[in-house]
Amino acid sequence: MTGATRATSQGPERVEGRAKVTGTAPYAFEYPVTDPLYLHPLRAGIARGRIASIDTAAAERVDGVHTVLTHHNADALNPVGDPELAVLQSDGIDFRGQLVGAVVAETPEIAAHAAGLVDIRYERLPHDSEFRDDANIVYTPDADASPMLSPDLERGDVDTALAEATHTVDVTYTTPPEHHNPIEPHAVIATWDDDGLTLHDSNQGSHLVRDLLAPLVGLDKERISVIAPHVGGAFGSKGMPHGHVALTVLAARRTAGRPVKCALSRTQMFELVGYRPPTRQRVRLGADSDGRLTATEHDSLEQTSRFKQYAEQSASASREMYASPNRRVTNRLAALDVPAPTWMRAPGEASGMYALESAVDELAVRSGIDPIDLRLRNEPEVAPVSGLPFSSRNLVACLRQGAERFGWHERDPRPGTRREGDWFVGTGVAAASFPSLLFPGSLATIRHESDGKYRVEIGAADIGTGARTALTQLAAEGLEVPFEAVELRLGSTEQPNAGLAGGSAGTASWGSTVVDAVRAFRAEHGSDPGEGVETTAGAAGNPDLGKYAMNAYGAQFAEVRVHADTGEVRVPRMLGVFAAGRIVNPRTAHSQFLGGMTMGISMALHEHSVVDERFGHVVNHDLAGYHIASNADVGSIEVSWVDEHDPHVNPVGAKGIGEVGIVGTAAAVGNAAHHATGVRVRELPLTPDKFLR
Amino acid sequence: MKPFDYQRATDADSAIATVSRDPEARYIGGGTNLVDHMKLGITEPGKLVDITRLPYDSVESLPDGRVRIGATVRNSDLAAEPVIRQRYPVLAQALLSGASGQLRNLATTGGNLLQRTRCSYFQDVTTPCNKREPGSGCSALEGWNRHHAVLGASERCVATHPSDMAVALAALDADVLVAGPDGQRTVPVTELHRLPGDEPEQDTVLRHGELVTAVELPSLPFAVRSRYRKVRDRASYAFALVSVAAAVEVTDGDITDARIAFGGLAHKPWRATAAERALHGAPATEEAFRAAADAELAEAETLRDNEFKVPMTRNTLASVLRELTQQEGS
Ligand SMILES: Cc1cc2nc3c(=O)[nH]c(=O)nc-3n(C[C@H](O)[C@H](O)[C@H](O)COP(=O)(O)OP(=O)(O)OC[C@H]3O[C@@H](n4cnc5c(N)ncnc54)[C@H](O)[C@@H]3O)c2cc1C
Ligand code: SF4
Repeated sequence: MTGATRATSQGPERVEGRAKVTGTAPYAFEYPVTDPLYLHPLRAGIARGRIASIDTAAAERVDGVHTVLTHHNADALNPVGDPELAVLQSDGIDFRGQLVGAVVAETPEIAAHAAGLVDIRYERLPHDSEFRDDANIVYTPDADASPMLSPDLERGDVDTALAEATHTVDVTYTTPPEHHNPIEPHAVIATWDDDGLTLHDSNQGSHLVRDLLAPLVGLDKERISVIAPHVGGAFGSKGMPHGHVALTVLAARRTAGRPVKCALSRTQMFELVGYRPPTRQRVRLGADSDGRLTATEHDSLEQTSRFKQYAEQSASASREMYASPNRRVTNRLAALDVPAPTWMRAPGEASGMYALESAVDELAVRSGIDPIDLRLRNEPEVAPVSGLPFSSRNLVACLRQGAERFGWHERDPRPGTRREGDWFVGTGVAAASFPSLLFPGSLATIRHESDGKYRVEIGAADIGTGARTALTQLAAEGLEVPFEAVELRLGSTEQPNAGLAGGSAGTASWGSTVVDAVRAFRAEHGSDPGEGVETTAGAAGNPDLGKYAMNAYGAQFAEVRVHADTGEVRVPRMLGVFAAGRIVNPRTAHSQFLGGMTMGISMALHEHSVVDERFGHVVNHDLAGYHIASNADVGSIEVSWVDEHDPHVNPVGAKGIGEVGIVGTAAAVGNAAHHATGVRVRELPLTPDKFLR
Repeated sequence: MKPFDYQRATDADSAIATVSRDPEARYIGGGTNLVDHMKLGITEPGKLVDITRLPYDSVESLPDGRVRIGATVRNSDLAAEPVIRQRYPVLAQALLSGASGQLRNLATTGGNLLQRTRCSYFQDVTTPCNKREPGSGCSALEGWNRHHAVLGASERCVATHPSDMAVALAALDADVLVAGPDGQRTVPVTELHRLPGDEPEQDTVLRHGELVTAVELPSLPFAVRSRYRKVRDRASYAFALVSVAAAVEVTDGDITDARIAFGGLAHKPWRATAAERALHGAPATEEAFRAAADAELAEAETLRDNEFKVPMTRNTLASVLRELTQQEGS
C-alpha cells in the first residue's frame, strides 16, 4: 500500500468526500430524469472512405426503438471549427470508430441490440495509421494556429558545439499512445424542451461546453445549461466536448422533450475522446569535461490526425530546463487516419521530459558525474531562451532535499551490480517542471446569506482534484470567516463564467478570481454586509505576467527492481519533492502529487494503446488489455514539497500541482531500471520482455 | 445483446436434456466469461441454463487418496480449501494468480476450464477471426500477437488458452468428469482442450450438451512440493505472458519424477512431456533445467510480437525448478 507522509495530510477534508463515498454525489449519468431514452452510438468499421449505404429498417422495427439517426436524417449543425463536433454531417469517414449514427431506444439493451441490426456498407479508401518518420505524412505545424506550440528554436551553433563536446549523447526515445481512462466514463444526458437545452455532462468546464454548443446548434447561450458538479476524473479527456455530446444533442432534438442518456463504453473511449499521441524524440546533448551542457538538441515527432490537428510540444521541455549556450528544439507532426489526440495530464511535458531526463541520465553515466550533481551544474540563472528571471525556481532545493530523504549519497553509481535474491536493484532520479498558467476571464459571485454565512459561486470544475475544497478555503480566508461558513457552488453554467479545469491552472485561475471577488465584495459591502447582498467580480490582471518565467518544479526518485530471470519490473519505492508555490490544501495537494506519480509509474511500466495499422484501431481497447498500474504495482510513494513563496505568479501564490507529479516519473523509473540492470530501454513502457537476457 | 431465456437447473439430467436438444442453449456457471461474450456479441445464446444450484459445490477427499472437486466450486473457495493448499499448492497458487478477488468469488471450476481465449481479435466482432467466424481469417497471425501461441498453433489460429487453473491441473494429471445425454465419461484434462488445427472454433473435445460435473486430482504425494509461477505485464490482474506449473521429486540430488506444464504458450495448457523426460534421472542443476526447457521449446515457432516467450519460458522454468529443488534439498 501507499505510504503517505503524515505531515502532509493536513488541511480540510474534501467538502464532497462524504457524499462521494456514500454514493450520494450524482455523476452525469445518474441524474434522476423523467422518462429517459437511451442512445447507443454507431461507429465506423473502416478507417477511411465513405458510407455507401446504411440500412436502418431492421433496427427501426425493434420494439422500443424510438429513432435511428444517421447522416441522412440528422439535423444540420453549424461549423464551429472543431471537426469532432460535426457528427453525422456527411457520409465521410476519417477514422475507425467515428460516429456514424445512433440508435435511441427505451432501454440501453434495446438500443444496443438494435444497433447491431443496422447494416452499413462502405466505400473504402486506403488509410494510413502507422506512426513513423516518413516525409509523406510529416509536416511542421503552424505555431500561430496552435496555442500549445512554440515555433522551432535555434540558438547558437549546435552542430559545432556537439562536435567539440567532451561528452555527447545522441539517443532516440519513443512513447506510445496512451488513453486517459478516468474512472467515470464519458456520459451525458441531454434534454431539449421548451426551456431550451439542458445537459448533465461529465466535463472539465461547463461554460466551455456551452460556449461551443450554442453556435453548433444555433441556440442562444442563455437557453443552454450545462451541469457537472461531480466529475469522476478526466485527465484532459473531458476538456473539450467530444462527438458523443453533439450526437446526444442531435438525438434530444428528436424526442419531444424526453431526456436522452448516453454513456460511452470503455472500448468507445478508445476511439472517441482523445489520447496522448505517440512520440519519437531524438535528444542530442553535448557537455564539457565538467558536465556543463554546451549543446542541447531535442527533436520531437508526434502523431496527429488528418481530420483534426492536435499539436502539443514535447520537445519544448528542453527550451528552459537547463542552461546551454547552443540549443535547437523542433516539433513535427505526423498526420494519420486516426482519432484526434488531445491533452492528457501534462501534455507535452510528460512525454518530453521523459526523453530529456532520460538523456540527462545517459549523459551522467557517460561522463561519470552523479546525475543530481550534473543537474545542479546546469542550473540556469535566468530562463535560458526568454532571458526572463524566474518568479521562483527551486529545483535545486527539490533535488537536494530529495537526495537527503531518499538516501542518495549511499548510491553506488555502477549499473547492474546490486542483487537481492532474484532481483536486480537500482535507483534513479529525474527532474520535473510544469508551467504555472493562469486562464483569465473567470468570475465569482460572493453573497452574504445571513448570520455570517456566505455563498460563493463560480462555474469552475472539480474533476476530483479537490478544487471545491481549496476554493472554499480561499474564500473563507479572504472573508475571514470559518471554513464551514462558506458554501461553494461550482460545476455548472448556473454559476458565473469560469475557465476550464486544465493546465493545472484551477487553483491559480479560479482561486485568484475568488480572492479578488472577495476583496471586491468587502470593498462594496464592508465587513458587516446586509443579508442577501452580493458582488460578482473577476480577477484583477497580474502585472507580473510576461515579466517572469513561471514554472513549478520537482525531483522524482525511484527504486526499481528487475527480476533476473523473468525481466519483471517493480517499483517498491518512490519519492517526489516538489516546489509549487503556496500549497493551499496539503491534504488534497498530497493526493494530486500522489496521483500524478502513480500515473507516472503506470506510464513507465504499463500504458500502451496498441494500434493495429491494418484496421487503424486500438486492439487492446478495454481495461483487461490496456494495463493501468494495479495496487500491487505501486509500492511506497512519499510526497513532500519545499516551502516556496512566490509573490509573482498570482494573488494566491499557488503554482499548478495537478500535472507536475506525472512529469519525470517515467524517466526516474527508467533511469533506475538502467541502474539496476545496465539495460537502457528507450521505448516505453518498460515491459518484462525488454529486460530479458 | 440478443434477448434470451434463463433457467435455473435443479437436477443434472434435465439440465443436460434441455441443453442437448437446443443448439442455442448454454450452461452458465459464474458467468464471468459467458456474459462478457454476450455483451460483446461473440455469442448469442437463446437460453441459459444456470448450473450453480446443482450439487457440485464441494471438494471431497476420496478413500484412495484422490480428491474430487465439484464443477461449481468457486475459484476462491477452491484456493482456500485446506486439502488443496497442503497437498497441491501449485493449484492454489494458480487459482490465486488468476483474475481478481471479485471474479474468483464468482468463477466456477467448470467455467474456468472452459473459458475461451482472450485474443483481442476474437473478442472484437469487427475484426476477422477463424475461431469466432470460421473461414474469416486470423487477424492475430500478422497482427498484435504478444499474447499468442508459440507451441502447437496452426495457420488458422494462434490463440492461447488463458486459464491459470488449467495449467496446474495439467501438471497434476487431473481428470475431468463429464456427463452427457449418453451417460458419463472421463477425459484427462490434458486431452480436454484441443490444438487449433483446421477447426479453431472447437476449443475442447466436449460435445454440445455435455456437462462438466467434477475434476479429480490423483493422489500424487510429491505434489506437496509444487509451484505455480506466472509472469505477466503487471504485478496482478493480468493474464500470463508465460506461466509454469511444476512438481518435482528429488532423490539424492537427482530428479526422479517431474510434472511440468506451461501456460500462455499454446491453445491448451501445455503439458511439457519432453522437458519431463529430459529431467528424469538428471541432476538438479542449472544446465539440466535449461536443457529440459530447450527440449520442450525446440519446436517453438514465434510470431512478430512474442519471440520473448521462448527465453522467458526457459528462464522461468529454470527459476521454478531451482526453487523447488533447493526447497527439496533443505
Ligand atoms: C478482467 C478479467 C481478468 C481475468 N484474469 C484471469 C487470469 O488472470 N487467469 C485466469 O485463469 N482467468 C482469468 N479470468 C477468467 C476467469 O477465470 C473466467 O472468466 C472464469 O474462470 C470463468 O468461470 P465462470 O464460472 O464464470 O464461467 P462462465 O462464464 O459461466 O462459463 C464459461 C464457459 O463455460 C461453460 N460452462 C460453465 N460451466 C460449465 C460446466 N460445468 N459444464 C460445461 N460447460 C460449462 C459456459 O457455457 C461457458 O461457455 C479473467 C476474467 C476477467 C473478466
Ligand atoms: S488467433 Fe485464433 S482467436 Fe485470435 S484471431 Fe486468430 S483465429 Fe481468432
